[in-house]
Amino acid sequence: MNPIKKLFDNIHPYVEEGGKFHAFRSLVDGFETFAFVPNTTSRVGSVNIHDAIDSKRIMSLVVIALLPALFFGMYNVGYQNALATGHLGDATFWGMFWYGFLAVLPKIIVSYVVGLGIEFTVAQWKNEEIQEGFLVSGIIIPMIVPVTCPLWMLAIAVAFSVILAKEIFGGTGMNIFNPALITRAFLFFSYPSAMTGDAKVWVAQDTILGLGYKATDAYTAATPLGEAAQAGFQGFTPDQIQNAITGLIPGCIGETSVIAIALGGLLLLWTGIASWKTMLSVFVGGAATGYLMQALGLTQIQWYEQLVLGGFAFGAVFMATDPVTSCRTECGKYVYGLLIGFIAVLVRVLNPGYPEGMMLAILLMNLFASLIDYCFVQSNINMRAKRATVK
Amino acid sequence: MAKVIKLRKGLDVNLKGKATKETATVSCPGEYALVPDDFYGVKPKVVVKEGDAVKAGDALFVDKLHPEVKFVSPVSGTVSMVERGDRRKLLSIRVKADEKQEARQFDTKGDLKALMMESGLFAFLRQRPYDVVANPDDAPKAIFVSAFNSMPLSQDFEYVLQGQEAEFQAGLSALAKLAKVYLGVSAKQSAKALTEAKDCEVNIFDGPAPAGNVGVQINHVSPINKGEVVWTLGAEEVIFLGRLLKTGTVDFTRTIALAGSEVKAPKYYKVKVGQKLTTLLDGTINAEGARIISGNVMTGLKTCAEGFLGAHATEVNVIPEGDHADEMLGWIMPRFNTFSTHRSYFSWLLGKKKEYVIDARVKGGERHMIMSGEYDKVFPMDIYAGYLVKAIIAGDIDRQEALGIYEVAPEDFAIAEFVDSSKLELQRIVREGLDILRKENA
Repeated sequence: MNPIKKLFDNIHPYVEEGGKFHAFRSLVDGFETFAFVPNTTSRVGSVNIHDAIDSKRIMSLVVIALLPALFFGMYNVGYQNALATGHLGDATFWGMFWYGFLAVLPKIIVSYVVGLGIEFTVAQWKNEEIQEGFLVSGIIIPMIVPVTCPLWMLAIAVAFSVILAKEIFGGTGMNIFNPALITRAFLFFSYPSAMTGDAKVWVAQDTILGLGYKATDAYTAATPLGEAAQAGFQGFTPDQIQNAITGLIPGCIGETSVIAIALGGLLLLWTGIASWKTMLSVFVGGAATGYLMQALGLTQIQWYEQLVLGGFAFGAVFMATDPVTSCRTECGKYVYGLLIGFIAVLVRVLNPGYPEGMMLAILLMNLFASLIDYCFVQSNINMRAKRATVK
Repeated sequence: MAKVIKLRKGLDVNLKGKATKETATVSCPGEYALVPDDFYGVKPKVVVKEGDAVKAGDALFVDKLHPEVKFVSPVSGTVSMVERGDRRKLLSIRVKADEKQEARQFDTKGDLKALMMESGLFAFLRQRPYDVVANPDDAPKAIFVSAFNSMPLSQDFEYVLQGQEAEFQAGLSALAKLAKVYLGVSAKQSAKALTEAKDCEVNIFDGPAPAGNVGVQINHVSPINKGEVVWTLGAEEVIFLGRLLKTGTVDFTRTIALAGSEVKAPKYYKVKVGQKLTTLLDGTINAEGARIISGNVMTGLKTCAEGFLGAHATEVNVIPEGDHADEMLGWIMPRFNTFSTHRSYFSWLLGKKKEYVIDARVKGGERHMIMSGEYDKVFPMDIYAGYLVKAIIAGDIDRQEALGIYEVAPEDFAIAEFVDSSKLELQRIVREGLDILRKENA
């Protein structure tokens, strides 16, 4: 018999009802179902065979799709640090990557420990299985905050969002808002100076374990969108846009590189986890609105620049397509996506306070997703009601 | 020329162990059982005692609410057991078959409905809404018969029909006296007895499973509205009716497919309704760790070798149970030999010709509905399947009604249940929803 299987079999009596360590049932259960596909077979009266796909594999794939953007983000953290301190000439690729790795890793750990801790506790309390949803949220959260975000803030925000945006609704699959975005929104409105403020937040300014460089004076680097919101902005240079596509610009950790996001996006589309309808229509909505705003003379940003700057690409690929919080009807997905693109660019251009609008656009549409679905489902209901002779 | 209805949604799962087109006969001594649960929605009242002698066609139990609807013995013999379970629930009535079979003679000249009720054939009629045994007081707007089963490892009715064309047509013509009859034929079927059947409207359905489900066919031909009733009858049961009208006796002999990866030589067998499965399975399957299913792998009930053939079962499927698989790290391994509709597995690379062995494991934990549109891809009806399921889970009766629960039966959700990544038991959920609605509307 497999030794790991044996180990779990030995642990079982302790964590079952009445066992000494019953409080850890959900934890052991969570690990065991990851180690082995459960041997439970179909109950009598249900379908006798099942497709091999399950939510563990789906969530794991989303995490894999996020890795290119995450790794690039780590590199970019080191790159921005070297750039800010004037050491770009003597910094090595691996030096910059490991610096970024060390800067980001604590955030990932805090996010997972706090979030999964709550998930395990709730699963234990409700006597349910662990839901895998937070595997994705837990990795997205560090990717959508600035690198200087303090860990305690992150911990509070994660706890807030997991409890109030997810668990009180009933867990993964029942939530209205995307938990990762609620985390960011919580930080954004509670600690605005740490999230945007005076543009200091985007670049790590200190050494970590001997890696990286210390900035002598407070160095400020605005994101391109922040720059564009300043008075007297005359449009981006081609160089700036090229950097925005490769991702060597200041910004939240994972959102900068369009190329790395595209790699993940392709995996999501190929496996069908993300809906191409939602993804495409977010870009179409953003581009169309960007074009309109530019034609009306309200902004100097070209329509295609809207799509590669800030969190637009990251939001469109990884957040708008969250199946739980987006529209569930196929036609609704088009409307939902188009409106996200539209609102995101609208906030960017017309709102003097916030240079970025993607987070607010997606959260707002999360709220309206059910309403859009309602309209399409209602048309099906009306069709049926019309056909009926008895009321 | 019959209308061709093209269906795009659905899924054909290519399973190993399809039945080859040859028919074996097995000796059929011993016990037969009639299981009331096979006739869903009936409150059974036993009308025989242990030790009574019965002929084929004699009633074993009746419906309490409609005592004229009789459920009859498939063989002649002695009632050997009236099996009851918890709270005296009637589980089965068993009849020990005689060496020499006798059948009760019915008068086929009189009223057809009365004859069907008396001879136990009416009991095979099911009604939508609710997918229960038909109520003789209803006036159905139509009777639907599907001449094919599209589920994996299912019986090929065109093969079964060979030599019984006259009985089939006689059955259809008789049904036409009760209501308008619609026959659903597969685009792959070419037998004249099907495509040119008389006294009925023939529609041809072209598409993957569950195109053979009568519910799907109803939805595309004449959807059920609130207040309407449609009856359905299995294609082989139409032959039963034809036989009755021809001979005046009941003959519930089916040609079932014994199929599945654990069957040594999958082929067809001539058996009677309620026959003990050991007569069929002795030596023909790898019994070790096998799951024996009375009915189809998608919709049938798990039973054991000592079980009995269900009343509506047109096949017996045998697949591995898989409860000792101990497969490691399933969430990340490539799992090349595993079938999935999902692109994170590689079955899309291996083509549609490859036959799969799929065991009975659920292969994941039950979750809330997470992915969207999974059901709709394999649910070829004009109904929002996911929303309907949610309405049932929430117990919202008005919404269930509005979303079209009257048109569906649990079996229509079988493929959706197969592909569901959240592993919800859709057939059970829909069954419960239908039960509640039936109670409310009664």
